[in-house]
Amino acid sequence: MAGNLVQGALFTVMVVRAGMLRDTAFDRELEQQIGRSPRFFLNAPVVLDLKDTEGFTTEDEFLDIGEVLRRHTLALVGVQNALPEQMTAAAAAGLASFAPNATQPSRRAAETAAAAPAVRTTNRTTARLVTEPVRSGTQIYARGTDLVVTAAVSPGAELVADGNIHVYGALRGRALAGASGDVEARIFCSRLEAELVSIAGRYLVSEQLPPEQHGLAVQIALVDDQLTVTKN
Amino acid sequence: MTKPGTARGRENLVAKVVAITSGKGGVGKTTTAAAFAAGLALRGHKTVVIDFDVGLRNLDLVMGCERRVVFDFINVINGDANLNQALIKDKRVDNLYIFPTSQTRDKDALKREGVERVLEELKQQFDFIICDSPAGIEHGAVTALYFADSAIIVTNPEVSSVRDSDRIIGILASRSRRAERNEPAVETNLLLTRYDPSRVAKGEMLTVEDVQEILSVPLLGVIPESESVLRASNTGTPVAFDEDSPAGRAYLDAVARFLGEQREMRFVQPERRGFFRVLFGRA
Repeated sequence: MAGNLVQGALFTVMVVRAGMLRDTAFDRELEQQIGRSPRFFLNAPVVLDLKDTEGFTTEDEFLDIGEVLRRHTLALVGVQNALPEQMTAAAAAGLASFAPNATQPSRRAAETAAAAPAVRTTNRTTARLVTEPVRSGTQIYARGTDLVVTAAVSPGAELVADGNIHVYGALRGRALAGASGDVEARIFCSRLEAELVSIAGRYLVSEQLPPEQHGLAVQIALVDDQLTVTKN
Repeated sequence: MTKPGTARGRENLVAKVVAITSGKGGVGKTTTAAAFAAGLALRGHKTVVIDFDVGLRNLDLVMGCERRVVFDFINVINGDANLNQALIKDKRVDNLYIFPTSQTRDKDALKREGVERVLEELKQQFDFIICDSPAGIEHGAVTALYFADSAIIVTNPEVSSVRDSDRIIGILASRSRRAERNEPAVETNLLLTRYDPSRVAKGEMLTVEDVQEILSVPLLGVIPESESVLRASNTGTPVAFDEDSPAGRAYLDAVARFLGEQREMRFVQPERRGFFRVLFGRA
């Protein structure tokens, strides 16, 4: 059936900042992290974030990085925030381009500004908005942005966002904010009954959540690397 | 092609495919499918109830027609028999037909194109096509709900059943044909079965409000836990035929609400034992 030939799917992918790779401590830290949960990282896809990174203009550089990551059982699949020359080199190395792509919005903004200077356009990605209840077994990923849910999130449902997560209803499933490492991300909900909350990889399961906060409107943030739940 | 039933002024009506589903097994899907189909037929709607539980055929037993099965759903899908050879007419009420499934095949025999063709053919003859879904979220269950215009989610007042129902509501909203074609969503209603008000009062079961709060879909009815349901299944009589039993009346109420009538919710409060009942120790 031709209709089923191409289907959309959402995946959670790890993002590694290219700058970090040049740090000598990176190798060791990555090894330790993988050692803690080797199954989770086995053949896991990785996107290389080139934001504010010089170099990476030749195919070989990407192939080398791919080799380094492969030694750690990770598979480099694409790049993010690449400049045009970096993108060309990455494509030559067989890597995909993942949004957000730094070059396009700024160029489009510049064009729009030139064409119609009176109209102010913001190219900030708006939050992903979900107005229906999020049912058990459903996973929603707000890539590169915030996730706003204006209904209940059922047990067994999973919210993932690179930015903040807001739930205007009962949060009974899992919520993972700052999924690509943003430690500033927060989770807000009007009723905390979550199975798991996580920010930038730090997580608490329901039995670790403070029982006195159960059922309350709260926000969850990382404070000194500790997940902290405060009443709103 | 001449179609029986077309003379009944069917041209004004659009046949409705109703999936009876739940995710979890043993919550009362087949009982509900049988009772609902019987209830709709009693109200004068030409109704067929189809067993989608290929390989675990039960609907014919619950409908009391197991000795009349010759051809089945899979035969018709495969073109080995035509529809009217396989449909079994109920002997107790006009307008009610049973479409049994195969006991020797499995769910893989449910080819989507074949199911679609059979449903289109049924739509020419019937007002309501009730699909009794198998448990689970695999091929059989998804095929049963894929073509639905309306779904009745059968749930027991306990957490695992509620969670599975939630999952199946999510599948209806994302994987039904209406969802795939961006048509108006499948109309989804909740039916709470095996509800025991006295156990709810003791905190052993979830309340109607608890279940509604989690699932947030309209409530079609509450069917009290009742011996009459078991008796009905074992004698092959849809419980909706038993107007003396609370479960039978609750199903008839649910059918009426499904057809758009307002009915007061009964059987949700613990029954007060009357003086004589206490005296004679009868439940």
